[in-house]
Amino acid sequence: MGLDRREFLKIAGMAALFGLGGKAAIDIFAPGELEASMEGIPVSKGKRWAMVIDIRKCLAQQAKDKDGCKQCIIACHRAHNVPDWGDPKIEIKWIWQDSFEHSFPDQHNPYIEEELRHQPVILMCNHCVNPPCVRVCPTQATFKREEDGIVCMDMHRCIGCRFCMAACPYGSRSFNWGNPRKAPKELNPDYPTNRDYPERCKGVVEKCDFCVERIARGELPACVEACDKIKAHALTFGDLADPNSNVRKLLKEHYTIRRKPELGTEPNLFYIV
Amino acid sequence: MLDRALKGSQGYWGWLVFLLVLMGIGAGCWLYQFFEGLKITGMSRDVSWGLYIGQLTYFVGVAASGVMVVLPCYLHNYKAFGRITILGEFLAVSAIIMCLLFVFVDLGNPVRIMNVILYPTPNSILFWDMIVLNVYMLLNIIIGWNVLAAERKGIHYQKWIKVLIYISIPWAFSIHTVTAFLYAGLPGRHFWLTSIMAARFLSSAFCAGPALLILLCLIVRKVTRFDPGKEQIRTLAGIVTYAMLINVFFFLLELFTAFYSQIPGHMHPIVFLFKGLDGVGNLAPWMWAATVFAVISLILLVVPSTRRNEGTLAVACAVLIAATWIDKGLGLIVAGFTPNPFETVTKYWPTTPEVLITIGVLATGFFVLTVLYKVATSIKTEVAA
Ligand code: SF4
Ligand code: SF4
Repeated sequence: MGLDRREFLKIAGMAALFGLGGKAAIDIFAPGELEASMEGIPVSKGKRWAMVIDIRKCLAQQAKDKDGCKQCIIACHRAHNVPDWGDPKIEIKWIWQDSFEHSFPDQHNPYIEEELRHQPVILMCNHCVNPPCVRVCPTQATFKREEDGIVCMDMHRCIGCRFCMAACPYGSRSFNWGNPRKAPKELNPDYPTNRDYPERCKGVVEKCDFCVERIARGELPACVEACDKIKAHALTFGDLADPNSNVRKLLKEHYTIRRKPELGTEPNLFYIV
Repeated sequence: MLDRALKGSQGYWGWLVFLLVLMGIGAGCWLYQFFEGLKITGMSRDVSWGLYIGQLTYFVGVAASGVMVVLPCYLHNYKAFGRITILGEFLAVSAIIMCLLFVFVDLGNPVRIMNVILYPTPNSILFWDMIVLNVYMLLNIIIGWNVLAAERKGIHYQKWIKVLIYISIPWAFSIHTVTAFLYAGLPGRHFWLTSIMAARFLSSAFCAGPALLILLCLIVRKVTRFDPGKEQIRTLAGIVTYAMLINVFFFLLELFTAFYSQIPGHMHPIVFLFKGLDGVGNLAPWMWAATVFAVISLILLVVPSTRRNEGTLAVACAVLIAATWIDKGLGLIVAGFTPNPFETVTKYWPTTPEVLITIGVLATGFFVLTVLYKVATSIKTEVAA
């Protein structure tokens, strides 16, 4: 048996702590189990990954595109084989848009700029510092990587009890109500869209994982990369633990808000309004 | 002793066959769900638990209520209940079987259920719920069976059984408390995030469970030669009355906090239940029906003459069960998810297969209950003869 995804993620994280390269780490922690394809993978170096979302820049881009910009969503859902069911009730989404009003219901203010109120905001899992989803999961299928703060999901362990969905106050979790392979063909002509990413079965929960597999390769999350590609630069990904990091710089220079901070979950997503 | 279940009247066998048919239909629908996924239910990403988890909650209450006959009998030495403790214990056993099945049919990935044991996670309330439910079931099987066996042989049950009985009493409270903790500790679910949840659960359990037991006693008296007794039923009726009063009182406390504070998050789910929110009001008629049922049951229970009359008492118990079921088995779960984290409303209503699976699980529970009650009543009549 090779390494399963979860073990790989753990080892990659642990390796970061010891400052080891991916291959060396895997050789130490699980000797001989490394597939050739994984050779020479640099591991993630951040200690507390976070994202700063500049709503103004995003809106500027939305205004440029006739149908609004959805580049980050397309890139993410492509990279992670997220099927389109064409039904909002059973929809699976890792990253999506909703109005400011819905995204920040605690910022209730009927006189807020009309403009802003109905404008789309980019939403995804907040990778909370104190995540209720992890607290409730009976199998540790969702877990927090202590080494870099990413809230991961082991879709091969999840029993589908959906306790985490009840616990997440941000609607960040999606359940596979049906078999992804049976999602309507017309909506998913080339499913699975990324053969390098594991497919999952029906009946498991999934969500944004800050692209653990990409940052392990030293790449940026797919959404950030897509946004940078069109030169919108609305999404900034970086290490909150490093006082000189890009995200810390943005947080110092701008007024930012987080979703439902009163719940004590400590989101690692910050919004510049 | 189990052989008593193999000899029965035509009515007995007819009833069992009827339940078996319902179980078969439920199993068929479950297979369909197993292959197609939970999208065949009415649940959605916003209302991600529904009828199944509602039933789990309701029947944990029924199971816990067994303690309402055990406690007076063993702690207060109220001898009359000695005659029916077995009925309370066997009701608890079948209720827990239903609970475990309801969790099972709700899982997206039932084949992985053992992961809960393979990766024990003490910070998850579901992990503890599984432990307390299973232990409570075992306690009741062991206690019920041994006490009954001793009674058949005309001897006193062994000392260690008494120890288990004493353990089972606080344990009954624990199962419903832990079940309330499933909900009451989730940030951002305003309807559930209330410290009175466990107390509300216990009060509604201690009226609904004994009410069901009264109805079962009346049925047992009709269809078997064993009479659970007039005094027993009368005492149970008193327990039901107090518990229902407390239950309604607790609910009114919730209303006060929500509507006097005027905090939208606290008011919205209740408004959704009784009036509808954002144009979704499919539960409102049910909630109002529950309110009417609750009032009727309270009138019939509080007025001494109707409480003492077994006919009107039966009506009171039936409407009380309906009222508490709508409140806990239907409204509680959906209102917890409404409005969703974006303050919008998604409608939930169970689909036909979902209802049939639910009925299948109920039928399984009642099948076990019938067999256990058959054994118990046969032995009781043999001993009396
Ligand atoms: S946003 Fe939700 S899913 Fe993501 S870590 Fe926080 S609680 Fe968990
Ligand atoms: S659905 Fe899966 S990830 Fe969520 S709590 Fe249950 S087992 Fe854990």
